[in-house]
Amino acid sequence: MLTEQREKIKEIITESQVYKSIFRRGFEDTTKNRVLAIFGNVFLHLHPPYVKRHALKFTHSWCMGGITFLLFLVLCFTGVFLCFYYHPDKINAYRDMKYFEYDVPFGVVLRNMHRWAAHLMVITVWLHMTRVFMTGSYKPPREFNWVVGVLLLVLTLLLSFTGYLLTDDQLGFWAVTVGTNMARATPLLGHEGPFGEQLGVTAYNDIRFALLGGSVVGGNALLRAYVWHCVAMPVTAILFLAVHFWRTRKDGGTAGPL
Amino acid sequence: MWHNIFKIASKPDNIPIVGMLLLVFFFWFLSFWAAFKNDRIRRAAAGRPRPEGGKSKGDVVDVIDFMYPEEEQGLPKKVSCWPHLVKLEFVCAIAVMALLMFWSIPIDAPLEEPSDSTLTPNPSKAPWYFLGLQDMLVYFDPWIAGVLLPTFIIVGLMVIPYVDVNPKGNGYYTFAERPFAILVYWFGFFVLWVLEIVIGTFCRGPGWMFFWPGQEWDPHRVVAEVNINWNEFLANISGITALKTETAGLLLGIVTILAYFGLGTALPYLWLKRQEAPIIHRLGLIRYGVVGFFFWTMMALPIKIVLRLMFSIKYILVTPWFNI
Ligand code: HEM
Repeated sequence: MLTEQREKIKEIITESQVYKSIFRRGFEDTTKNRVLAIFGNVFLHLHPPYVKRHALKFTHSWCMGGITFLLFLVLCFTGVFLCFYYHPDKINAYRDMKYFEYDVPFGVVLRNMHRWAAHLMVITVWLHMTRVFMTGSYKPPREFNWVVGVLLLVLTLLLSFTGYLLTDDQLGFWAVTVGTNMARATPLLGHEGPFGEQLGVTAYNDIRFALLGGSVVGGNALLRAYVWHCVAMPVTAILFLAVHFWRTRKDGGTAGPL
Repeated sequence: MWHNIFKIASKPDNIPIVGMLLLVFFFWFLSFWAAFKNDRIRRAAAGRPRPEGGKSKGDVVDVIDFMYPEEEQGLPKKVSCWPHLVKLEFVCAIAVMALLMFWSIPIDAPLEEPSDSTLTPNPSKAPWYFLGLQDMLVYFDPWIAGVLLPTFIIVGLMVIPYVDVNPKGNGYYTFAERPFAILVYWFGFFVLWVLEIVIGTFCRGPGWMFFWPGQEWDPHRVVAEVNINWNEFLANISGITALKTETAGLLLGIVTILAYFGLGTALPYLWLKRQEAPIIHRLGLIRYGVVGFFFWTMMALPIKIVLRLMFSIKYILVTPWFNI
């Protein structure tokens, strides 16, 4: 009796127009449905319908690429909430950090998660690269995906670096000052770099000025870091990630012995 | 002594470094363990007949057909992604989220005093993942350490797939089939990148002076450093004072750097050619040159570290515009 009712309810749901419009497949565990589960889903379809058995082993891929991507998602998610409260200007930025600490509900955990996920992501990107290297997975036909990966590595580091300034405390301020001071020394484009002076480059028109929006790490630098950190670089990273995953799939999934 | 180490390591922003070291050691172990295991399997398989349906051709026979036993046992090589892979990803995601939550609740992200451009902390440090680059400033001028070498690191990484012409070891762990590639990678990643970060974090104190781990950071310590340039060094040991002039320095510097890259690439080339190593033909001159350039650029860092620490040599080449 009960099973009958349950079957009935299940049927009503899975046969309904609403359900079918979303899932487009039945419940039965058939090969076709397994493939459809991947193909019919915009998020899952970056996977191939089948994977090589050895690629599932933790000892093969360390799950590192996936973990890196998960951390990226965590960062986007927590980042959006941080953005609700944060003002990128010299008067408010530091104060907002204090608000996170004392006022915003779960503000501390939110900020902590964003920071630790960022640090962790830097580490997991290096480890992912190491595993790809150790399995020789950059060899043909995957050369280009490795290059895309290197760009993602650079983006990850730059995302982390621009975020560092946003707290506007001594730690971030001096770290970014030290970091951007190196840009002074860029050959040709920096005012202290080789041939910079000869080309008429000064502290007010060199590449560091362009990065900071000024000759010191001030309000403009904060705004620029904010826009890079919250808009320009995440969007770029998402574009490259899409290419990266697509390529992994098109190149025959995670590399195995030929 | 432990007090000082602990003080640095337990700074919230340095905890990731400790985690990173553990993870790097763990995965170093894991990947070499897998590589040696595969190499053993391959050696053991050497004389055996190819299993039925084996895919290998030519000299790559053994590894491919014997490495993954399930393929020998006739299990299907591929499984459906749903649910097998998606399930694992889900479990993995939960584990990482749990770790992140447990880390984020007790340990607070650092927040120091409001920024003040008139109060320079000593030492002022870049974020920890850039400390390797910052530490290179000791050995190279900023335009090399801060601009040129980072660019070379990025470009050097990007060219790897195009200059590594070894067809073996594609998609599985192995050491015996590509020892040079793996040794160079670990030297670059572990010795140069990771250890430089550790030195930058734990051993660089006020004034970016070197302190042994545990040594108290004394801001008033004075180190009498008398650095000399390459031509002065040569003049001192040879007794030829003429080498001390600016022109001699310029010429000597140019000759030394050309010889470093020139001989560094030419000698192994000639040697490999004499051995009639097949790698030379597969590489071709351009690829060989690219490998040589990036390899010796990378090695310039440890070489300059040794020159500085042992002989107090500062610059190899001194010109009016830049120094190397
Ligand atoms: C934001 C950073 C990155 C993310 C989220 C990411 C994500 C992924 C994922 C999910 C995979 C599938 C297989 C796996 O999990 O190992 C993958 C494969 C791959 N990744 Fe990345 N990756 C990133 C950075 C990099 C970097 C820095 C490199 C190398 C320099 C790289 C090179 C590759 C290559 C060559 C593959 C194909 C591996 C194979 O077929 O076995 N990726 N990546």
